[in-house]
Amino acid sequence: MIVNVLFYVFAAVLLVSALGVITARNPVHCALFLVFAFLNSAVIWLLLEAEFLAITLVVVYVGAVMVLWLFVVMMLDIDVEKLRQGFTRYAPLGALIALIVAAQIGLVVWVRGLGLEPGAAPVPKPEGYSNTAELGYLLYTEYLYPFEVAAVILLVAIVAAITLTMRRRPGQKLQDVGKQVAVRARDRVRIVKMDAEGGQ
Amino acid sequence: MIPLSHVLMLSGILFSLSVAGIFINRKNVLLLLMCIELMLLSVNFNFIAFSQHLGDLSGQVFVFFILTVAAAESAIGLAILVVLFRQRRSINVEDLDAMRG
Repeated sequence: MIVNVLFYVFAAVLLVSALGVITARNPVHCALFLVFAFLNSAVIWLLLEAEFLAITLVVVYVGAVMVLWLFVVMMLDIDVEKLRQGFTRYAPLGALIALIVAAQIGLVVWVRGLGLEPGAAPVPKPEGYSNTAELGYLLYTEYLYPFEVAAVILLVAIVAAITLTMRRRPGQKLQDVGKQVAVRARDRVRIVKMDAEGGQ
Repeated sequence: MIPLSHVLMLSGILFSLSVAGIFINRKNVLLLLMCIELMLLSVNFNFIAFSQHLGDLSGQVFVFFILTVAAAESAIGLAILVVLFRQRRSINVEDLDAMRG
């Protein structure tokens, strides 16, 4: 019972923070609301017995991705007022479309029932069950190849992000290792032969 | 135990909120990316709810992959955004008319 109460509390806070993401005036506030939404989702995932993913969401998303977001939001000098023009004009349309989408999903979930008798309680897990161990077992046996592909996707993302944002400023002094290696002593040092004491 | 339909409804409302966010923040590329993140989060809710309901962990493996792809997407998206801002000094969607689309 307490699980249900906690679920409704955190779901309500999640929806309010999602509303904050889409309506906040300042982009930094939007990013912070998004962090809050991710934290609440992590708690709900814990209640849904997905412990490993909940911790992953906090560590990877809140800890790494959202810090990247905040970094970028604070680095860009954004004219918020200009970007918010048309906000009130499009708000009714957005609300209408949100209502239609929510009503359609509600129709599918409640009325059609998906053939899964909505509201049926899942069976509780046995004593000593470890979500992380089970997930790891599945990931390294059945899903090993997709797991490797996911790692390659992350590598490609790193390389793409670095190559996109790297730039050469004019007047920058950089080492050219190839030229440094190719240099010979005679290019740099000139040996001069001359007599001592003025050649008497 | 949390009923499946309530979790599905929560994810549906979250998804429709992010669709509304795309409509009302249609000039700000940064907020569009944030709304896409929210959408991916609501999809993950569906996977986790069904994984618990059906007692099949494959759903959670899929959430793992979605998180990976979403992280990659936001990293590349933000990199493109930074380059764009460096070129145009603006992230307004209406200023991005170089291809006359």
